[in-house]
Amino acid sequence: MIMELSGRTPLGSLTDKWEKHKNELKLVNPSNKRKFSVIVVGTGLAGSSAAATLAELGYNVTAITYNDSPRRAHSIAAQGGINAAKNYQNDGDSVWRLFYDTIKGGDFRAREANVYRLAQVSGNIIDQCVAQGVPFAREYGGYLANRSFGGAQVSRTFYARGQTGQQLLLGAYQALSRQVGLGKVNLLTKKEMMDVVVVDGRAHGVVIRDLVDGKIESLTADAVLLCTGGYSNVFYLSTNAKACNVTAAYRAYKRGALFANPCFTQIHPTCIPVSGDYQSKLTLMSESLRNDGRIWVPKERGDTRLPNLIPEIERDYYLERKYPSFGNLSPRDIASRAAKEVCDDGRGVGPGGKGVYLDFADAISRLGRKVIEDRYGNLFEMYQRITGEDPYSVPMRIYPAVHYTMGGLWVDYNLMSNVNGLFVLGEANFSDHGANRLGASALMQGLADGYFIIPYTVGGYLASTGPGTHTEAVRNKAAEAVQHSEEKITRLLAINGKRTPTSFHRELGKIMWDKCGMARNEQGLQSALVEIPQLRDEFWNNLRVPGTGEELNQSLEHASRVADFLEFAELMVRDALHRKESCGGHFREEFQTEDGEAKRNDNDFTYVAAWEYNGNNAPLMHKEHLHFENVELATRSYK
Amino acid sequence: MNLRLHIWRQKEPGAQGMLKAYDVADVSEHMSFLEMLDVLNERLLENGEDPVAFEHDCREGICGTCGMVINGRPHGPEPKTTVCQLHMRSFHDGDSITIEPWRASAFPVVKDLVVDRSAFDRIVQKGGYISVNTGNAPDGNAIPVPKVNADLAMDAASCIGCGACVAACPNASAMLFTAAKIGHLHALPQGHAEKGARVYNMVLAMDDEGFGACTNHLECEAACPKGISSLFIAKLNTEFVITSLL
Ligand SMILES: Cc1cc2nc3c(=O)[nH]c(=O)nc-3n(C[C@H](O)[C@H](O)[C@H](O)COP(=O)(O)OP(=O)(O)OC[C@H]3O[C@@H](n4cnc5c(N)ncnc54)[C@H](O)[C@@H]3O)c2cc1C
Ligand code: FES
Repeated sequence: MIMELSGRTPLGSLTDKWEKHKNELKLVNPSNKRKFSVIVVGTGLAGSSAAATLAELGYNVTAITYNDSPRRAHSIAAQGGINAAKNYQNDGDSVWRLFYDTIKGGDFRAREANVYRLAQVSGNIIDQCVAQGVPFAREYGGYLANRSFGGAQVSRTFYARGQTGQQLLLGAYQALSRQVGLGKVNLLTKKEMMDVVVVDGRAHGVVIRDLVDGKIESLTADAVLLCTGGYSNVFYLSTNAKACNVTAAYRAYKRGALFANPCFTQIHPTCIPVSGDYQSKLTLMSESLRNDGRIWVPKERGDTRLPNLIPEIERDYYLERKYPSFGNLSPRDIASRAAKEVCDDGRGVGPGGKGVYLDFADAISRLGRKVIEDRYGNLFEMYQRITGEDPYSVPMRIYPAVHYTMGGLWVDYNLMSNVNGLFVLGEANFSDHGANRLGASALMQGLADGYFIIPYTVGGYLASTGPGTHTEAVRNKAAEAVQHSEEKITRLLAINGKRTPTSFHRELGKIMWDKCGMARNEQGLQSALVEIPQLRDEFWNNLRVPGTGEELNQSLEHASRVADFLEFAELMVRDALHRKESCGGHFREEFQTEDGEAKRNDNDFTYVAAWEYNGNNAPLMHKEHLHFENVELATRSYK
Repeated sequence: MNLRLHIWRQKEPGAQGMLKAYDVADVSEHMSFLEMLDVLNERLLENGEDPVAFEHDCREGICGTCGMVINGRPHGPEPKTTVCQLHMRSFHDGDSITIEPWRASAFPVVKDLVVDRSAFDRIVQKGGYISVNTGNAPDGNAIPVPKVNADLAMDAASCIGCGACVAACPNASAMLFTAAKIGHLHALPQGHAEKGARVYNMVLAMDDEGFGACTNHLECEAACPKGISSLFIAKLNTEFVITSLL
């Protein structure tokens, strides 16, 4: 049955909701907290911060990651920075502005109350991280420094050189390590979550597989937190770490959790272009570079002169031309599409014409090489290491690449999915970024969820439900889920066909990039709906995984993740097909304005599409209508 | 280019391992070293052979997951470059390349080039943090930190925990790793309250995990992909002596 979903947003004015809600949430008595157990899957920013904080409060926490250490989570790779409405620059920033920029940046497809809360707690995050010893950049006076990011006209981004994610994650990892050292967190590394144990609509635990010896077992708890990151790797090539995958979220979906807006994916405009078909991943060049770099292509098609030989008047600084008020700092979806447009027009540069220049010549002559080195030294080095070109003397070549997924498991205001006791944090949920995420706001969201929201809302849940994992029904269900995972592994090993997991993953990625990537249309999406099941069929008949399930078997790990991507991809395409409008990262070619901008359809699509697994039948779509009581749904303009 | 690889193959912990030779043809100079290994592994898989197990994740030089000894050098020939960022333009047609795992008793081999580095986590668990619960923090600008200190902290904090320092050290010491964490936290006013206990407990944990002693070979600094300075080791030594005297 199709339901109208409610985000269970508390009543009251936007500015008071969170305070009021916190006061109303039930509390668990301090001496009772240790009677409750919580499983946290994932140790990125969201997972580490949540696990550490819940343990500090006294809960029994188990933290799980497939990496060999919590510190290696994908969050470590974030470069540019983290937003917070501190207004340290006195440039007019405020909680309201950060809220408004984020809602508008998301093309009005996020829940107002969640986004406002995010902006409200953003300042606390910076305070907390400073106290932990995160070495944020400082001015000479010793105070915190800021830079600008896309989609904002104030300077509110805090950073630690080009390694902000690393430093924030190390802060959270250290807080987590402290709790592990104190014996309050049971840390399980090299364990992959394969399934969730759900009984009567309530989560009671997870199934995990040891990646070293292959052992599959279940763990039960009073609440389960999925902090398992995004699914960009459905495209095979993305800026995400190689192991990032959708398994945890997808398995939860198959156990009844709703998957919201899966087609909302973000393509980042500044990545190093693909160099060959052996390419294994794409490397991001931080958005912060757009503070000083100017993006351009030649005005003439097929101009193959070296960039330094193309005179100023023959260059098209297309972002500055089309979006004069935001220029090179236009939001990601806009900047990516503009790059695609000039490349499709035959004016792209570099091999295959799939690239545009990001040029620092002006900035270097204005500020001097030293300043640029200070600001971006490590990024320039990275670029040179990968391409063999020196960006101080030749402009960088960049091209858009898949980067982040706004879609994710549906959660209410408490960050709980529709499955009781199953909470979802960080990139794995859908909650705050609508159809497009602004730069420097994922780190903010992950840490807001983990440090400042979940400790309250999990408490509220546990206080009102009480412990309840040790029943016969839970044991049976857990055993059944373990068996189910064992069967998946056995099946993968038994196919004994000819093709490798990577070859399937690559092929799926190509279908998704071509048909469900930067621009989408009905015809392409329809054909993807035919191709994906065909590929899945072939996978289950022609896959080859050597070795056994009782040893470290990286091909098997990969195959198991690709198997889930092959199902999930179809859900994404369905979602993209049904959303007959363009908004944020979802650009449907049929729905655009005369000058090629995204054309939203607020009358028919101001809702979150939350998909329910329905066995072998097509998934069911439920809607959560979005109500905007505090902002007006404006056409998003950066001109 | 065409290459001959000699790769350490070891089925499981404690098993007898050995170097095995593989030829790889048509390697492009634009490939990363790991992409070259991917190509080899795809071929092995297609032939039904066991691919070479090696670890990696971000492939951007920041997560510290990758690591192997290439022709005797942790992370290979390029300074300040992790193996995932090493590109084949650093090699030549006809080269013979030996690839081995980190070798240290505190990092037991799990399989082929994969080792268990959890000892690093346990060192951090003994004091590599500032004890502040969530919610306790004053305003971020309440504690001004001179830019030089913040920069110094950042230099030390850029350690990625890959373990190359241990692999490079003749004594398999974890001194650079430990000193970097301590150097990071002690460069900041926030880190001062627990200074003594931190140094003491982390150094003890390092010994307990079976890492060797530091005898100032400084191979660690040369091998560190993030260029962490051995001056942090000197600082740690001074602080350890002071703490032990107190
Ligand atoms: C190159 C790059 C640069 C970025 N730069 C910025 C930036 O400057 N600012 C910004 O705000 N955002 C940035 N982002 C986005 C941001 O880094 C991520 O969205 C964010 O870090 C995600 O954090 P997370 O905690 O939700 O998940 P992750 O960090 O992805 O962590 C996921 C965790 O879940 C675990 N896990 C997943 N599945 C399983 C399973 N089945 N079993 C066991 N464990 C599992 C993993 O081991 C890992 O520990 C960037 C992203 C990329 C790719
Ligand atoms: S794979 Fe992350 S540092 Fe090499």
